[in-house]
Amino acid sequence: MTVLSEQLRERIRQEFPKYPNKRAVTLPALHMVHDAMRAVSTAAIEEIAELLELHPAEVHDTMSFYNFFKDEKHSLGKHRIWVCRSISCMLRGGEEVLEKVCNKFHVHPGQTSADGKVTLEFAECLGACEGAPCILVDDECHMDMNAESVAALIEKL
Amino acid sequence: MAKFEPVLFARINKPDSTSLKTYMADGGYARIKEILSMAPVDVINVVKDAGLRGRGGAGFPCGLKWTFLPKDHPGPIYLCINADESEPGTFNNRILMEKDPHQLIEGIMIACHAIKSNNAYLYLRYEYGRSYRTLDAAIKECYAAGLLGKNIKGTGFNLDIVLHRGAGAYICGEETGLIESLEGKRAWPRIKPPFPAIEGLFRKPTIVNNVETLCCVTQILYRGKEWFQSIGVPPDPNNPRDPGSYGPKLYCVSGHVNKPCCVELPLGVTARELIEEHAGGVWKGRKAKAVVPGGISMGFFSEKEFDTKLDFAGPGKVGCLGLGTAAVVVIDDQTSMVDVLFNCCRFMSHESCGQCTPCREGTAWMTKILTRIRTGQGRLEDLDLLMEVAGSMGIIPGTTICGLSDGAAWPVKNAISKFRGDFEEYISSKRATVTSAQKLMEAH
Repeated sequence: MTVLSEQLRERIRQEFPKYPNKRAVTLPALHMVHDAMRAVSTAAIEEIAELLELHPAEVHDTMSFYNFFKDEKHSLGKHRIWVCRSISCMLRGGEEVLEKVCNKFHVHPGQTSADGKVTLEFAECLGACEGAPCILVDDECHMDMNAESVAALIEKL
Repeated sequence: MAKFEPVLFARINKPDSTSLKTYMADGGYARIKEILSMAPVDVINVVKDAGLRGRGGAGFPCGLKWTFLPKDHPGPIYLCINADESEPGTFNNRILMEKDPHQLIEGIMIACHAIKSNNAYLYLRYEYGRSYRTLDAAIKECYAAGLLGKNIKGTGFNLDIVLHRGAGAYICGEETGLIESLEGKRAWPRIKPPFPAIEGLFRKPTIVNNVETLCCVTQILYRGKEWFQSIGVPPDPNNPRDPGSYGPKLYCVSGHVNKPCCVELPLGVTARELIEEHAGGVWKGRKAKAVVPGGISMGFFSEKEFDTKLDFAGPGKVGCLGLGTAAVVVIDDQTSMVDVLFNCCRFMSHESCGQCTPCREGTAWMTKILTRIRTGQGRLEDLDLLMEVAGSMGIIPGTTICGLSDGAAWPVKNAISKFRGDFEEYISSKRATVTSAQKLMEAH
């Protein structure tokens, strides 16, 4: 019994011609699996390694370097909200926005709400400082947040 | 002085600015066939003679970098586009990619022709989802129109561009960290030499260029090197090693101003001009206490330094690390530099890749010392300890592989030497400013 669907495997294989070796497909493959399965499990790491002709430890080494990827013990919720905490957002109230989101979902950064709807994270500079404080919902940025606008945005999720 | 007309940003507010159709209607790709028919060395010389310096932070002359490739290499040669824009306060590349992707793609085509590369990898930070979708659509349009792929416009030149998404790591903006990451590894910067031009991506000769740099390449090839040199600051006649600061630059202004913005101006404006004339002044009627001149890695200007020219040489003259990304962050007089410096140190400690001990440990300890100060437990001798740690880490003292830790040390050095009073007053008062939100982050 495999954990990666044939469709996912095929999408990973389609990346191969873009690079001179299969190892370079590590990040694209991790993104695809992580996005579809909301985590990259140990079994998934082994199957990715087999596809890329690597040792599972090599895939795990890369994966664990980037805080971005979650293992099966920390699966993502349906949405992932990142609240920027770097300088431009901090100066304009980013930490208050973070507090608002924490209270709304009763979670600390890094945790997923009990209903599985949202995983909350803090982010380092999201590169949208003209609209600080800003947050990222999945990979879409929302600017000029405050306690009210972030609450309204969360309601719509 | 006549009002400067933006060039890199000329199209960003136009309707449908991202489409191939409107880009071509504005004259884009009009001369690409002619440029691709030039001898590569002639393209390099135009860029070199224009005096274009890299816009990503280090300011290395772009054309000169291209000449470091081995002559008559059988290939492949790679171009990596550094779109891992992550320096706090910086967002100019995001706007270029979201609003005018074809200006960048045309620059990639010209650069690849110049360096004889048929493969470009655009390393885009994951957080830029909108840039990803915009670029992906623009690249597809180019393939459909015969502007990418085989035998472009009948010139015999082949080029593929691959969009490669990162996974949230500041260190991937360091060029060899980027290369390692692209190869599917942890983004640990490499020891140099060999420089990427000799042995880079997949151990082949590689050039890594920033997004804004490549957009400048497009404009230089269309408007000429004389146009580029008519803007900015010429070399200092008293310094034979100064290549000058030519061309337009995208300045980001954020923090405590009324209108945070990204504005294109000739290199060499001052922080005061940016704040007063372009960002609507300091917010809430306050005064600015400090300014970050080019992303937090570059350190701080104190109030008496606000008239320093923001060209490649200016910030260095007042003790900052350099121009960096020209991202100006304004800090008002109601803000404690202790809190600002803590934020900078926490960022660097979070983003240190962990490969070199002085950086991994140094950034962590500086953050711990500042945390102690911010909980009211600081001692005056902590300031000397911070300076000692900051002085022992980085390429400059020779203890680390890459410049991340120089960028971690600089805000500490500048903050304590230029704003020592802020720190002494804070420590003596024994107050604490750790907020409940920060406690939430500590719990993580």
